[in-house]
Amino acid sequence: MATIYIDNKPYEVKAGKNLLEACLNLGKDLPYFCWHPAMGSVGACRQCAVKVYKDENDTKGKLFMSCMEQVRDGMRVSIEDLEAKEFRAHIIGWLMTNHPHDCAVCDEGGSCHLQDMTVITGHNYRQYSFQKRTYRNQYLGPFLNHEMNRCIQCYRCVRYYKDYAGGKDLDVFAAHNHLYFGRAEDGVLESEFSGNLAEVCPTGVFTDKTLKQHYTRKWDLTSAPSVCHHCSLGCNTIAGERYGTLRNITNRYNGEVNGYFLCDRGRFGYEFVNSAGRVRKPLVRSQLPEATDKYTALKTAASVIKVGRTIGIGSPRASLESNFVLKKLVGEDNFHHGVSDVDHDLVEMALHILREGSARTPTLQEVEKADAVFILGEDLTNTAPMLALAVRQSVRQQPMLETVSKANIPLWQDAAVRGLVQTDKGPLFIAHYIPTNLDELATHTFFDSPDAIARLGFAVANLIDAGSPEVRGISEEEQALAQQIADALMKANNPLIISGTSSGNERVLKAAANIAHALVAKEKAAGISLVVPECNSLGLAMLGGHKLESAFEAVLNGYADTVIILENDLYRRASAATVDQFLEGCKQVIVLDSLHNPTTEKAGILLPAAPFSEADGTLINNEGRAQRFFQVHPVQQEIQESWHWLAEMGTIMADQEISDWHDYDDVVKAISKEYTALEGIRKTAPPSDFRIAGQRIARAPHRFSGRTAMNAGLNVSEPKPAEDPDSPLSYTMEGYRGQPPSSVIPFFWSPGWNSNQASNKYQEEIGGHLKGGDPGVRLIAPDGTLPFSEAVPQKFIPLEGHLYMLPLHHTFGSEELSNQSASIMERIPEPYVKINAADAIRMKLDEGQHLSFSIEGQIYQLPVKLSQTIPSGTAGMPNGLPGVPFAELPAWAILNRDIKWKQQPQTTF
Amino acid sequence: MLTAEEKHQIDHEISLVPSPKNACIEALKIVQQSHGWVSDESLQDVAEYVGMSTAELDSVATFYNLIFRRPVGRHVILVCDSISCYVMGYEDIRNQLFEKLSIQYGQTTADGRFTILPNCCLGTCDCAPALMIDNDLYRNLTVEQLDDILSKYT
Amino acid sequence: MEKPLTQHIVPGRKPLSLKEYEKVGGYQSVRKVLKEMTPEEVQTLVKDSNLRGRGGAGFSTGLKWSFVPMGPDAAQPKYLVANADEMEPGTFKDRVLLEGNPHQLIEGMIVASYAIQASISYVFLRWAYKVAAREISHAIQEAYDAGYLGKNILGSGFNLDMHLHTGVGRYMCGEETALLNALEGKRANPRAKPPFPQVSGLFGKPTIVNNVETLCCLPHIINNGADWFKKLGLTEDAGTKLYGVSGRVKNPGCWELPMGTTIREILEEHAGGMQDGYLFRGLLPGGASTDFLVEEHLDLPMDYPSIQAAGSRMGTGTMIILDDQTCPVGFTLNLQHFFAQESCGFCTPCREGLPWVEKILLAIDKGEGKPEHLLTLDFHTKYLGPGNTFCALAPGAMEPLQSALKYFREDFERHIHEHHCPWSKSKAWQPST
Repeated sequence: MATIYIDNKPYEVKAGKNLLEACLNLGKDLPYFCWHPAMGSVGACRQCAVKVYKDENDTKGKLFMSCMEQVRDGMRVSIEDLEAKEFRAHIIGWLMTNHPHDCAVCDEGGSCHLQDMTVITGHNYRQYSFQKRTYRNQYLGPFLNHEMNRCIQCYRCVRYYKDYAGGKDLDVFAAHNHLYFGRAEDGVLESEFSGNLAEVCPTGVFTDKTLKQHYTRKWDLTSAPSVCHHCSLGCNTIAGERYGTLRNITNRYNGEVNGYFLCDRGRFGYEFVNSAGRVRKPLVRSQLPEATDKYTALKTAASVIKVGRTIGIGSPRASLESNFVLKKLVGEDNFHHGVSDVDHDLVEMALHILREGSARTPTLQEVEKADAVFILGEDLTNTAPMLALAVRQSVRQQPMLETVSKANIPLWQDAAVRGLVQTDKGPLFIAHYIPTNLDELATHTFFDSPDAIARLGFAVANLIDAGSPEVRGISEEEQALAQQIADALMKANNPLIISGTSSGNERVLKAAANIAHALVAKEKAAGISLVVPECNSLGLAMLGGHKLESAFEAVLNGYADTVIILENDLYRRASAATVDQFLEGCKQVIVLDSLHNPTTEKAGILLPAAPFSEADGTLINNEGRAQRFFQVHPVQQEIQESWHWLAEMGTIMADQEISDWHDYDDVVKAISKEYTALEGIRKTAPPSDFRIAGQRIARAPHRFSGRTAMNAGLNVSEPKPAEDPDSPLSYTMEGYRGQPPSSVIPFFWSPGWNSNQASNKYQEEIGGHLKGGDPGVRLIAPDGTLPFSEAVPQKFIPLEGHLYMLPLHHTFGSEELSNQSASIMERIPEPYVKINAADAIRMKLDEGQHLSFSIEGQIYQLPVKLSQTIPSGTAGMPNGLPGVPFAELPAWAILNRDIKWKQQPQTTF
Repeated sequence: MLTAEEKHQIDHEISLVPSPKNACIEALKIVQQSHGWVSDESLQDVAEYVGMSTAELDSVATFYNLIFRRPVGRHVILVCDSISCYVMGYEDIRNQLFEKLSIQYGQTTADGRFTILPNCCLGTCDCAPALMIDNDLYRNLTVEQLDDILSKYT
Repeated sequence: MEKPLTQHIVPGRKPLSLKEYEKVGGYQSVRKVLKEMTPEEVQTLVKDSNLRGRGGAGFSTGLKWSFVPMGPDAAQPKYLVANADEMEPGTFKDRVLLEGNPHQLIEGMIVASYAIQASISYVFLRWAYKVAAREISHAIQEAYDAGYLGKNILGSGFNLDMHLHTGVGRYMCGEETALLNALEGKRANPRAKPPFPQVSGLFGKPTIVNNVETLCCLPHIINNGADWFKKLGLTEDAGTKLYGVSGRVKNPGCWELPMGTTIREILEEHAGGMQDGYLFRGLLPGGASTDFLVEEHLDLPMDYPSIQAAGSRMGTGTMIILDDQTCPVGFTLNLQHFFAQESCGFCTPCREGLPWVEKILLAIDKGEGKPEHLLTLDFHTKYLGPGNTFCALAPGAMEPLQSALKYFREDFERHIHEHHCPWSKSKAWQPST
């Protein structure tokens, strides 16, 4: 700690920080632009100037940029000094020489950092009387709008996009006051993290294009804390609504999970909520009209369940609560996981490793601090994008810790650190079957089949600890690489092993577990991160349940005749033939879902389930963190959470236990009573009767306009605001205006701070934890009981006439819900099959020609993409992509008879 | 496409620096030497060759005023517009050039012969006013000399 | 009078070849330092000589070197860069040395490299110096062939490579950290200090950037000693200095004279005084980014402390003369146009402030100025000062502006009140109809 004097008052601050952070931490309203807590200081904007005095006798002082000055004990500083204030106001004046006066029509207005800083500096009158500079804007794709005239040249966008997120196609061009921030030419921004530009940009240059289509000011949004449903990482989001439609998703700072950023799937995937494909009315298909009221639907469903032998199929994209109530309703024996059998086993395995392994799963923010990383069989950018971004930081930060600390430069001195580090990178090893976006950072990449990846992993584990089995028949080259990886991991203080379920190979997971186990055995503070398929895959696994296959068998064998399918399109879980057969075998099919899909088409009773923004629930992310998401706005139609539907069915059926559950807290209480492992979910958020100063927490800001009039077009009498029985949040602007507990922050706002930069005010330490601790409760701690796995696989052997089809994942296209988002749809690639280039020559196939093959009877005919890396005898097919029928991958694909393995084909397609 | 000779020269520059990227300005100079300017295609070729993205290289290229990202004439006239030449009346020279060639700064004559650009101090202030055409420096200029000078360039 | 730096330079004659240069004592200092001196001894000698950087800032060369980490643990390789990016308007002194005697520069660079134990050196040459480029690359080749460059120089075990890098424009490259970025193939934005280049410079390694004239002094200091060098100066500053004069004088040019020669002597004796029909009004003593001096300052010695005491800087030592027939507003506008164009665009005050200043001066020059414009100019001169902007470009730009506003304020006011430039009949303001 250090004592500094700000305007002659002493303050205790953390030593080593920069002065700007220290001042912000103390709650001082010191304006800034180019500094960003995640990106450090470069001193470009000159906005954060303060007076610094040599000692107490120095009365003159000198202006310093607070972001560039390290806090020193005894330092004397003035924020209020007249000259400092005047200079800060002039900075705004200079910026305003070219910034348009278009706040009223600017998307950023009301959540604009530049507006806030302008007000803070007190710059009111413009002295500049000459022409402003104007630019031509660029088309940047479906996610972002570009309005360069508003640019204040703070360089944050390039520093974020290029330096932080590794983007290649956004930069700064030209010089002096002709600077241009954009692409080399019009076109879609390539980075999967581009949406953050909308939040990183302090004004309205980069704005959310999807918001623009149904624009609402931040102050007019009704918002709630939410959790991203589009992958297993559980990034925290803020979902904003107006007039019953979801308007945008913005980052909800969580000091342990996503920090300041989101991926584009998470930010723009929300549009499915507003899609025309929504299920909005209960349907009973045995009657006409099919659309019916809630009560009829419930009664019909209850009667069907009562007479039938009912099984339930849960879902990894449904909340823990919904899955739980379904399980209770159908009974433990009749509850099946709605995931493919491969996924079922893999997630179980992952859960085993997390619970019984030796290494702890780091938070995303801890991943950034890892000093050696080995990734086995995961294409992170496409399966868990934000984890890829975190790994990028770890690779970037590792050499800093070494060289920079030697040179005595604080880490927040961004440009200086980059100058010193140059192109040095921390150790990163990637083993996968196709190139990944992180390869450019890798010390070494290894491309081979999943089995070969597992073998390499086992070899590494064996080198670290001979207790892990030896790998027989490994090549010298692979052994050398294994040695290199083992050495790098052993040299590190916080080595991290990353793997997951996406390559569909259990041995890969086991190999990863062995390495982590070996490292821990050698007393390394090793971490293991396992990516699982969906937002609540781990929650579903923790709840327990039977395989989907056994559900199919139950109906096939006549043990069951009625099924309740929870938020699940079974056609994405098993082959179409299997699902058809299953559904046809059921007398009654009850489906709860939010979007129409092939499964809902087959439903006899279809109940409109609330999507995330219209629901309360809990998800468990890949680190075992339970996180609560909240309903954003009251829903007019007969839409409610699946757990609500199911609990009401139970009540109608007079299920004694279920009848007692009236609201969300009742369900949570029941879960935590029944599952000790899930007990912690009660602590993810305060209960619904929680009040601060007797008040609920307002979902809408106090500047919300039209609170009493916005629906006057429908009815002039003002209805009573809807009450939320499930959370301590109010649906309106009425309620507590101060800072709520971290788990129930509906939006970041502080007097004078209307932009997302207000999050500074909610943190214990700038860029650190939220006050009172970050949201989420970690439910899993490894107990170290898992022994070394002995399951070293054999080498992969190609099979004549076949290709071993591996799953390939896409940030845009592989996830079910975001695929229904209009902006995401524009980024989904066309279906294809990726084959080894040498195999293609043998098969006389060129890029773009079609390859015909079948997997378990399903015939595919897909255009070929050639790959130099995918192992000979294997191929890759996009997972979950629209237009690519489901196959349980990996699997042997039988080549169409016209093309024979290792033989000269007569014809090609 | 980069020619073998261009690649050879760029390879040499790359051999002198820690990372190929570091040779990017040299590479742009080499390309400009042979084409007179750096077209989008050339920029892409160079970017690929030195392992940079097009945007990243263009960011560097557009920073420097002597990397030409638009086509120029066969000869580039750089008129010194800095202080000593200003005092010594370079504006007459400039205006004469504009008139004679019927172009302004940044423009190329219709026959593609000349492009005229302003340039800061040529470092020959004791012999102001001055200008450069291609690699040739002309000092102590008078308006009368311009015809003779221009006639040397075809 | 001793003229060590220019003694072998004859205008219009080819520079000395390596052989010729050796005959007149060239490369003696290299032999001396490699055979007889430790790097530390070279550093001490240069520090003792009181050699101050000739690029404009006037920082002690020996002291600058002393911040370079030495010894076996120091980061490798270390770099030496000769800043030959002479782009300060009104400055043409390094050109004389570069074109006239490239071997002297190479010799100085070898000495400097040895002193800091650099193994790679660069000449960062501005693009426009075509003759210099030819002569230097030829001379570097000769030096390699003669064994002054390369591995194990003169059997000493000391290695040094030297490369010529010609820039592609931008005044910013003269700033040493921006120059390093340019050398690294990046945009020539300046870097934050600390860390200083001595610790983290080119490619993140210890680096010294010295001006051409500074480096050219080194062989002579090594050969003749610190005292000799100190005695060359007439005042407390040591050595000789290349002074230059441009503008409406009879004999504009560049001369090597003892440090501390008075402005009047340079102006009247060497430059021959004002051209007939032109009267002296003021001068910028050392390039575009130095404050005006006027009549009352003419008897000042041209050295660092004297010029600083008069409120200006000696800068590069090449003066630009403002005569009575040149409009001070137009003169200042030309300078501000230059600085606005050459701002790298990194920091706000420079990027946005300088174009504003330029627009105001243009308005005043066109007779469209308003009284409040002068207040705007005043706050720019106050707030675009050192430390407030990221580098010294904008503060440098403010030096001639603030002093023009001080010495020639009446002229600015006349423009505003008379609504036209008193120097320009053609541009006379016309009332709008």
